[in-house]
Amino acid sequence: MSWFRDIMLPAQGSEYSKQVDDLYMFLVWLSVFFFVLIGGLIIYSVVKWKYKPGVVTPHITDHVGLELTWSVLPLIICIGIFFWGLKGYMEYSVAPGDALEIQVSGRKWSWAFEYPDGTRSLNEAHIPSHRNVKFVVTSEDVLHDFFVPTMRVKHDAVPNRYVSVWFNATVEGEHMVTCAEYCGKDHSKMQAKLIIESEEKYKKWLETGGDEWKNYPPEVWGKMQWEAKGCNSCHTLDGSKNQGPTWKGIWGKTEKFVDGGSAVVDENYITESIYQPQAHIVQGFEPVMPTFQGLVKKNDLNGIIALIKSLK
Amino acid sequence: MADVIASPGVKVGEHGHPINYLTATEDGFLKNVWSWMTTVDHKRIGVMYLASVMAAFGLGGFFALLVRLYLLTPGHELMKGFMDSEAYNRAFTMHGAVMVFLFIIPSVPAALGNFVLPLMLGAKDVAFPRLNLASYYLYVTGALMAVVVLVQGAVDTGWTFYTPYSTTTSGPVTWMTMAAFVLGFSSIFTGINFIATVHKLRAPGMGWFDMPLFVWGIYATAIIQVLATPVLGITLVLLAIERSFQIGIFDSRIGGDPVLFQHFFWFYSHPAVYIMILPGMAIISEIIPTFSRKVIFGYRSIAFSSLAIALISFIVWGHHMFVSGQSQLATVVFSFITFLVAIPSGIKVFNWVATMWRGNISLETPMLYAISFLLLFTIGGLTGIFLGALATDVHLTDTYFVVAHFHYVMMGGTVIAFIGGLHYWWPKMTGRMYNEKLGAIACALIFIGFNVTFMSQFFLGSLGMPRRYANYLQQFQPLHAFSTFGSWILAAGFLLTLGYLWASLRSGARAPANPWGGTTLEWRTQSPPITHNFEDQPIVTEGPYDYRPGKVSA
Repeated sequence: MSWFRDIMLPAQGSEYSKQVDDLYMFLVWLSVFFFVLIGGLIIYSVVKWKYKPGVVTPHITDHVGLELTWSVLPLIICIGIFFWGLKGYMEYSVAPGDALEIQVSGRKWSWAFEYPDGTRSLNEAHIPSHRNVKFVVTSEDVLHDFFVPTMRVKHDAVPNRYVSVWFNATVEGEHMVTCAEYCGKDHSKMQAKLIIESEEKYKKWLETGGDEWKNYPPEVWGKMQWEAKGCNSCHTLDGSKNQGPTWKGIWGKTEKFVDGGSAVVDENYITESIYQPQAHIVQGFEPVMPTFQGLVKKNDLNGIIALIKSLK
Repeated sequence: MADVIASPGVKVGEHGHPINYLTATEDGFLKNVWSWMTTVDHKRIGVMYLASVMAAFGLGGFFALLVRLYLLTPGHELMKGFMDSEAYNRAFTMHGAVMVFLFIIPSVPAALGNFVLPLMLGAKDVAFPRLNLASYYLYVTGALMAVVVLVQGAVDTGWTFYTPYSTTTSGPVTWMTMAAFVLGFSSIFTGINFIATVHKLRAPGMGWFDMPLFVWGIYATAIIQVLATPVLGITLVLLAIERSFQIGIFDSRIGGDPVLFQHFFWFYSHPAVYIMILPGMAIISEIIPTFSRKVIFGYRSIAFSSLAIALISFIVWGHHMFVSGQSQLATVVFSFITFLVAIPSGIKVFNWVATMWRGNISLETPMLYAISFLLLFTIGGLTGIFLGALATDVHLTDTYFVVAHFHYVMMGGTVIAFIGGLHYWWPKMTGRMYNEKLGAIACALIFIGFNVTFMSQFFLGSLGMPRRYANYLQQFQPLHAFSTFGSWILAAGFLLTLGYLWASLRSGARAPANPWGGTTLEWRTQSPPITHNFEDQPIVTEGPYDYRPGKVSA
C-alpha cells in the first residue's frame, strides 16, 4: 500500500516521519470506514424506503443501547487516537540533548542559518544525515513558520521568542524548508534548501563554505566577504579612518605594535589578524576585533588577501 | 403570549382574504420602500437579511473565483498585468472576511432564523422587534464599512488579522477591524433577541422539549453569540489601538506578545465556528424528519448535543495554535478536549441516519441538500480528527489540508444546509414553488463542484503545500487546476439556483400552507404568512415530528 501513501504524502526524510505517516494512514482508513458506513446506510435507506403514498412509518423515538454504542465507541476510538498523536508530539517536542544546534532566523522573505562554529548561510543549510539536528528558530519581523514537509515538522517563528524544531534525517539529498505562516507579499517564495549529506561532506562544507567562490575572481570574492562578514564596519577600502586600519595601501607596509614589536603585512600577518586578532595590536587602535575563526573560510581568506593586495 | 408591539391591524384584500406580510404595504412606491425600511416584522427583516447575505455571498464568491483563477497555473500567466501576489493576498483576505463576517455568521440565524423562529414557536414576532431592526442596520453599517475598505484598496492581513503583520502592514486595516466590530454587535443583538424569544414567547403548551430542534440549534448558537462575540470586539479594539497609537499589546518590538493575539482571536473565532455550524445542523434536523415522514430519532440527544457543542466550543480554541508557541502542556490539553467535541457531532450524524432508517423517503431538493450535508459534513468531521491528533496536525496545520477541512465543514456543512433550508422555507417565505427539476440539477452541480474543488486540496495539503501561497511548485499544478475547474462547476450551480429562484417569484406555482407535510408550527399558517403570523394563537398539545396517523396537523 506504499503507493497509496506516496500519492498522499511527501517523501519520508526520517524515522519520525514514518511514525507520523502510520498515524495518518490509520486515520485515512478509519475515515474511509466511517464514510462508507454512513454513506452506505443513507443510500440503503433512500433506495429501500423510497417514498410511497400512504405508508405509515414506525414511531421510534430513541434506543438507549444504540445511542450509548455510538457515543461510547467513538469516544474510545478518539481517546486512543489522542494518545497516538501525543506519542508523536512528545518526540517532536523534545530534542535529544546531544543534538547539533543550528540557529535559524526568519525574516521577510528569507531564512538565515548560523552554525555553532560561526558559519552562516542564507536560504541554504547543509545538514549531516543520521544525526540529531535541532533548529532554534526565531523571527526578526512578523510571524513565519519553519516547515520541513519531508520531516513532518513545523513550528511558528515568533519575534522575540526561541522555539525548537528537530529531526534526524536518514535520507540524503535536497529537502525543503518552506514558510507556512502568512507573512505578506513573498510568503510563497520564502523557501530554503536543506542539503542532507554525509558527515564527511557536511564537515567539508563547514570548512570551505561551499563552492560559490569559484564563480568569482579572488579579489571580487574578497570584496563580497568584506561586506558579508562585516569587515566593512571597521575597515575601509579608500584610506579613510575607522575603528580598524584601512586596507588601502596596507599590503607590504610595516605595522608597529603596542607591545613594541613590528611586522610586515603579508599573507601570514593577515591570516593571524583574522583568526587571532588579539595577538598583535597596531599602535593607535583598540583591541576590539573578535576572532573570525570558522566564519571566514579558507577561500574567503584567499579572497580577502587578494583584495588587500589589489588596493595599492 | 405577550403582545410585544402594536402591529398595524390586519388588512383585508379585495376578496375578503387576509393579505400577507409581503403585500401588507402602503400605496405608492416610496411609501412602500419606507414601510420595509422601518418594519419591525421579523419576517420582513429576515427577508432583508436574506437579500443582504446573498449579496455578500456573491461578493465573497467573486473573490474565491479570482483566487482559484490566479492559482490555475504556478506562473499565473492568465492574470499577468491584472493581479500580482499582493493583489492575490488582498483577494483571499477579502474572500475570508466577507464570507465569515458578512455571510456565514448571519446567514442561517439572522436570515432564515429570523423568519422561521417566531413562526415555529407560535409567536407573533421576536421578543424585541425594534432591537431586531437595529441589528439589521448595524449589519448594513458593518457591510458598508467593508465596502469602504474595498474602495480604499482592501487589506492583506488574512481574515485572522494575525499580529504583528496586521499592525505593521499598510492599508485600511483599522477600518476592516471596526467593520468586524460593528458586525459583532449586530450578531450579539440577534443572539440576545433569540434567547429572550425562546424563553418567553413559546406558544401555550410548548415545553422546552416540545420545541422544534431548529429552535434548539438557534438557541445554542445565540448563547455562543452573546458570550463569545464581545471578546472579538475587545480584541479588535486592542488591535486598532496598537495600530493607531503604538501601544504595545501584541507587537513584541514595543513590549507586546503576538501569541496573545491568537489566544484572544481564537477565543472568539473557535466558538464562532459553532455559530456557523450549529444553525446548519439545526436545519438538517428539520428537513430529515419531514422528508422521511418519520419522527426524529433521539430528540433529546440532538438537543443536548447542541448545548454540549456550545459549551465545549469555549475550551478548544488552542487547537488552532498547536505550533504557534503556546505552552506544550496547553497544546496537549487542548488536543484532548478537541476529541471530546467530536462526540456530540458524531451523535447527531448517527441520529439523522437513524431517522431515515425505515422512513418513507422522498428526494425533493431540500432533502437532496440534507443528504449532501450528511456526506460532506462527515468528511469534514473525519478530517478534523487528523488535525486534532497532535503528531499529524504538526504536519498538516497551515497547509491546504486545513483549508479543505474547514471548507467541508463551513461550506459542505453550513452553506449546503443554508441552501437546503432556503429551498425548504422558500414556499413559506415567498408563497411560490420553485422548479424541482432545476433544483435537483443545481444541487448535483454544487455537490460535484464542491468535491472537485476541495477534495483535491486534502491531497495538496498532505503533500506539504502551505496555504495562502501566491506561487507554488510545478508538481502541484494538476491538483490546483483540478480545484480551479471545480470552482467553475460550483459557480454554475449557484448561478442556476439564483436563476430558478428568481424565476419562481414571477412564475412559480402558488405554494400551499404545508407543501412538504411538515409538522412544526410554521406549516400551520398560510404561505406567505400574514403579518401577525397566525389567525389564532396556536396551542401545542404534542411534541414535534409526530407522524403517527391522526397526529399530523396539516
